[in-house]
Amino acid sequence: MSHTSYIKRPNRPLQFYAALFLIVLYVPVLFLPLFSFNDSVYVRFPLKGFTFQWYVELMDREPVWAALRNSIQVGIATSVFATGLGMFAAKAITRYRIPGKGPLVGFIMLPLVVPGIIFGVALLVLLSRMGISLSLYTVTIGHVIVCLPFAIATMIPRFEGFDPAIEEASADLGENAWWTFWRVTFPMVFPGVLASLLLTFTVSFDEFIMAFFLTGTDPTLPMYIWAQLRFPKEFPSILALASIILVVSFVLVFLGQWINRDAHAAASKK
Amino acid sequence: MTQNDAFISIRNVNKFFGKFQAIADVSIDIQHGEFFSLLGSSGCGKTTLLRMLAGFESPTSGEIYIDGQPMSDVPPHHRPVNMVFQSYAIFPHLNVRDNIAYGLRKQKLARAKRYEMVDEMLELIKLPDYGDRKANELSGGQRQRIALARSLILRPKVLLLDEPLGALDKQLREQMQLELRALQKTVGITFVFVTHDQEEALTLSDRIAVMAQGRDLQVDTPTRLYENPVNRDVASFIGTMNFFDGTVSAINDGIAKVDAVGLGEVRAGNVPSGLRPGQSVCLAVRPEKLTVSENAPEAGSNARGLLENAAYLGERSHYYVRVDGVSQPVAVSAQNRQRADGKAEDKRPVWLSWDENAFVVLEDG
Amino acid sequence: MTGQITPAPDHATALPRTGRIGMLLQRSEAARGYSLLTPTLLIMTIGILVPFGILVTMSFWTQAGFGFDTALTTANYEKAAERPIYGALLTRSLKMSAMATIATVLLSYPMAYFVAFHVHRNKMMWIVLITLPFWTSYLLRVFAWKVVLGYEGVINSFLMTLGLIEAPLEFLLYSQSAVVITLAHAWAAFAILPMYVSLEKIDRSLLEAATDLGDGPMARFLRITLPLSMPGVISASLLIFIPTTGDYITPALLGGPDGAMIGNLIQKQFGAINDWPMGAALSIILMLSIGAIALGFMAATNFVRKRIS
Repeated sequence: MSHTSYIKRPNRPLQFYAALFLIVLYVPVLFLPLFSFNDSVYVRFPLKGFTFQWYVELMDREPVWAALRNSIQVGIATSVFATGLGMFAAKAITRYRIPGKGPLVGFIMLPLVVPGIIFGVALLVLLSRMGISLSLYTVTIGHVIVCLPFAIATMIPRFEGFDPAIEEASADLGENAWWTFWRVTFPMVFPGVLASLLLTFTVSFDEFIMAFFLTGTDPTLPMYIWAQLRFPKEFPSILALASIILVVSFVLVFLGQWINRDAHAAASKK
Repeated sequence: MTQNDAFISIRNVNKFFGKFQAIADVSIDIQHGEFFSLLGSSGCGKTTLLRMLAGFESPTSGEIYIDGQPMSDVPPHHRPVNMVFQSYAIFPHLNVRDNIAYGLRKQKLARAKRYEMVDEMLELIKLPDYGDRKANELSGGQRQRIALARSLILRPKVLLLDEPLGALDKQLREQMQLELRALQKTVGITFVFVTHDQEEALTLSDRIAVMAQGRDLQVDTPTRLYENPVNRDVASFIGTMNFFDGTVSAINDGIAKVDAVGLGEVRAGNVPSGLRPGQSVCLAVRPEKLTVSENAPEAGSNARGLLENAAYLGERSHYYVRVDGVSQPVAVSAQNRQRADGKAEDKRPVWLSWDENAFVVLEDG
Repeated sequence: MTGQITPAPDHATALPRTGRIGMLLQRSEAARGYSLLTPTLLIMTIGILVPFGILVTMSFWTQAGFGFDTALTTANYEKAAERPIYGALLTRSLKMSAMATIATVLLSYPMAYFVAFHVHRNKMMWIVLITLPFWTSYLLRVFAWKVVLGYEGVINSFLMTLGLIEAPLEFLLYSQSAVVITLAHAWAAFAILPMYVSLEKIDRSLLEAATDLGDGPMARFLRITLPLSMPGVISASLLIFIPTTGDYITPALLGGPDGAMIGNLIQKQFGAINDWPMGAALSIILMLSIGAIALGFMAATNFVRKRIS
């Protein structure tokens, strides 16, 4: 019935626009893998020939591997911290009547909006005044702050999506808060937790601006790429590296969103 | 300790949500093994009171005792009560067996023993062989039974039920009412039952507390609530009631003679102790205790009126009779003993008559 | 809350009591909520509030060689007001973000509308597909635009291969338009979400009622759909405008001298120029101007909405 209703008649120009929109959204990014297989140091048309040369070269570079290890370490630490903290925050925000909740949530969500450069320099100033030298730990702190709002926003729909009476039932049947959490709440929100881990890992893995201000001597992968951008002859191998990162990021994010899709659906129905 | 030997004792409990007073100075005693209902329309505080018994809300002031123990500082998971939630709150990630066995974890039983207990419960709720079903494969009635079983397996002192039949269709609801009552007799546990459905409360309960705006208006047996309501609110919440103003002329042996507007002299029972001749009172009478006739009755009390409206309901008819001096038409309910001829709706002068004990006096005028 | 794991004693004998903190938590819902929020608030305080306080303080210091002169002075702010370069860069940043914001919202709205009203199956798939790029590396997406717009990049080399142009078009890269295009493209995925949500919320029977009362598709859109989706448009605008104003990567990679923004200048103070107090002052000025514009924008839309309804 809904398919034939007057309001929802298909609109051809709009469909065309939507298709075009998606193409324009993805095409610029697709040039990276395209040229990464091009047998030329120059990134330009016409394409010369197909090669894996740039990928092979990449494998031999120790700094790339070091940067990758750094990024993975930071990413895992960040995602675990942000998701762990975010899980409790999301529960507090959805489950309890707390005075001043609105402003508090606004404060927590600030990093979603405020330019990263501000947080970057502010943290840099704090750390230098405290005499803490820059390292992967300082990058991780910056990333946790950037990722916490994402983690919370990812998990809130999960908590909203299930009946609070289910947790009350567990308490009523004799379980304290700790056991209720592990026997009921955690299994129920688990897809959200998984999604949050994947998404925050990706955000951290790809994050540049905080790392830019807070990295010490060990660069993360985006920092390594940034440093290489100065050298035009490095372009092709950067393209290869960028392509790998993009594919991995897309897969992780897609998985995360897909695991959590019913939570989104439930939230948008409200 | 409590001031009396009631099993559950709710003492002067108040509950505020911000400035809103959800419960206003409620004191109720519930006896051991009773099927007790909290009846009222939505927002009257009945669910808040139930949740305070379960421990999900705490009283702003006052105290609740269960089996002699004050409950204020006892969290839900340590209270000797279990609850059947309105939504049933079946754990969606567990199957039926694990749902029912949920509360047994602390008892550290062997798996076989645990499953044996679950099977017993499944037998009791007439759902054997359902142990491996997933929660989302169950109908509303089945969920309701599983919620019951999940609570009863813990042998609580009190079972709290929050409108457990509200989500079921009428036929299933009536069947479950009978089963619930039978179950309560079998297990002998005190049931506290929240409902907005007066018929359900009357069918199931030993006693009922009628609530409105956070107060307990009357706590009584179903019969007394229906036949002897204390005030207008209770009288009009349960069933239909006709009200008349009047002045007491004499009181004899617990029967008041009242000069009622539009009816003349009426005898009424349920006389409050403080009532004196000369006071003005409110009288009430149920529609089925009145009779409509076209000819003047030979004996008994009666009054004249004008039949204004009638509704034919198959087994019964409702008549609305205009009586001089009474603002609302008087409702009369009559069994249709003879086959109707369709003329009942016609407007015409009629007589109202009633038995000696039909009227009651309400406490508040 | 006390970690009572021992088997529950028979209820009749003794009811286990919780400690004093447990009692507070049992009685007060707010206390329980706060206790769950505390770790997050702590991190946010250490990571945002405290650094921000120090940043404000530092903006009143001055650089003295490799150290700071911690005597409080408004010298940095005076300098920022006097030297035209600071004001010009700030205005330019705000202008460029405003353009990127307008472009993004205008281009994304039809897409949000399409998904909300014309996608019936696999709606989530569409949303995931649209927002996917937003989650992936911002640096690499900007880098991709450099590849596209570069002097010998995709567009120039493509047009030259076709013989449409003789020499590369220079204005493509290192210009304000390159920055605006890239910003708009990069934030489109983010802009769609709030607009989609507010469009999705519109009760379909309202549209049927408007039609029933004689509105055609266009009138219906202007009188019902658009006003009801305004909250989404407003939050989308703010969600793009605020972060893009302080963007660093895009102008650094694509802007050149003409397309530089305030973010680049702030970075320079902490890098090459090594005048941290000035950088702090510029950050504060940026925050204040964004805040003022956001508040003004919200006040204006509020005013307009009240006038309309």
